[in-house]
Amino acid sequence: MSTETIANPKVFVKDLNFFYGNYRALKDINLNIAEKMVTAFIGPSGCGKSTLLRTFNRMYQLYPKQRATGEILLDGANVLDAKQDLNMLRAKIGMVFQKPTPFPMSIYDNIAFGVKLYESLSKHDMEARVEWALKKAALWTEVKDKLKQSGTGLSGGQQQRLCIARAIAVKPQVLLLDEPTSALDPISTAHIEKLIDELKEDFTIVIVTHNMQQAARVSDYTAYMYLGDLIEFGETSTVFTNPKRKETEDYITGRFG
Amino acid sequence: MNKFDLYTRRRIVNAAGLAVSVLAMAFGLFWLCWILWTLLEHGLPALTSTVFTQMTPPPGSNGGLLNAISGSLMMTVLGTIIGTPIGILAGTYLAEFGQRGWMAPITRFINDILLSAPSIVIGLFVYEIYVVHVKHFSGWAGALALAILVIPIVIRTTENMLRLVPSTLREAAAALGAPQWKIINFVTLRAARAGIITGVMLAIARISGETAPLLFTSLNNQFWSSNMDQPMANLPVVIFQFAMSPYEDWQRLAWAGALLITLSVLTLNIVARVLFRQSVTTH
Repeated sequence: MSTETIANPKVFVKDLNFFYGNYRALKDINLNIAEKMVTAFIGPSGCGKSTLLRTFNRMYQLYPKQRATGEILLDGANVLDAKQDLNMLRAKIGMVFQKPTPFPMSIYDNIAFGVKLYESLSKHDMEARVEWALKKAALWTEVKDKLKQSGTGLSGGQQQRLCIARAIAVKPQVLLLDEPTSALDPISTAHIEKLIDELKEDFTIVIVTHNMQQAARVSDYTAYMYLGDLIEFGETSTVFTNPKRKETEDYITGRFG
Repeated sequence: MNKFDLYTRRRIVNAAGLAVSVLAMAFGLFWLCWILWTLLEHGLPALTSTVFTQMTPPPGSNGGLLNAISGSLMMTVLGTIIGTPIGILAGTYLAEFGQRGWMAPITRFINDILLSAPSIVIGLFVYEIYVVHVKHFSGWAGALALAILVIPIVIRTTENMLRLVPSTLREAAAALGAPQWKIINFVTLRAARAGIITGVMLAIARISGETAPLLFTSLNNQFWSSNMDQPMANLPVVIFQFAMSPYEDWQRLAWAGALLITLSVLTLNIVARVLFRQSVTTH
């Protein structure tokens, strides 16, 4: 599947292949991610959608025997280039995971942790940044009186919004969401989906989801993947109502997967 | 065989298994309680205030265990201070950097051997490499032997506790762009803190009762001495010596010392468990 013409691309993925040891998990992926839009990766378990997401910030580098070839261009520079500074890359590309991952420290320190890596702010400025991030993540009113309490004491939905606040506090350009609601109840999920809608005003968002209704609700573009191949990519409304490929239609209509 | 027969059979097997397990537990607890009871029976009457105020006496005169208590405390504390940082650093290396290369598996293997090495071998080792060269027993040598016992325990618990930290937590910190040393210092070690402290306390409990490594290193001292470069009194060796003696007052002091060690180890274990449980429930 070649690249769909996208109005305002932010990230270009070109001929991307990914290997776990000798196993080829992604096969010649080509697609573009639109700026300040939500792009969803859908597909059955093991199709490579999370793997694809994790190449964007080179998360795979934590593990031996995982490697990627090809190009992922962000601001004209190849993310996969070994010369690309990993930490500066991750300042530009934030990530939120499937299970909430609050650090074992206070709510305030959870947010400040990432900011401190790149900026030395005065106490006043840091407080302002923490408040800004928590407000953006729609968590401020719930935690403003207990910023010194441990982040691990929050509910699951609150923890996930804390993680989103932590990611955006660094002011990244791209936000990667790896099944961010699959461990949450429906009300928390609705919270997060509403939040995604608001966040795309400022950030380019890529979301991996198991839940097709979620992809239909929150995304502007959808990529359907299967067994490491990108089967179909296009505007969400088109992919869901008028898919070009039979496989996509089968998956979306629930005949498979 | 119909469904109900099968179910009845399963219930019988279950009841039998449960009974055997309870018996096994009772068997183990029986000896433990007996030991504790005997200790309390003989130790409590001997645990007078002079035990804490006077030095170990010659046979036939009054005395206490003050020099042995202080010697044990000094060597245990010093052994822990030397052994803990090495153990935590090595354990951190094994857990956080140990996926690549051949260093970590070898270190882990050697550490397992060290963990199960008889403590008398450790005592002899320190005797060979230190005592023989300075030509006298000393508190330093004792502390060194105890430190060598602490290291493998702390390495093992640190590694295990760090491995319990979910890898998603590491990924989350890495995704923010944190360098590895910051991830380890501020996220994973912090998440594993209670477990690591528990491990250190269990190591202290272990070394505070060790006799064999001290026999060859600090030996004993009948008098008060806070000089680490001299032979040093300590509870385990005093108990060993006094309990084997024919003098009744010495035997009484040995009971008192044994009770003291047991109670302090018991306290340490309980504190360690409470700490660990708290940390588990808050996560």
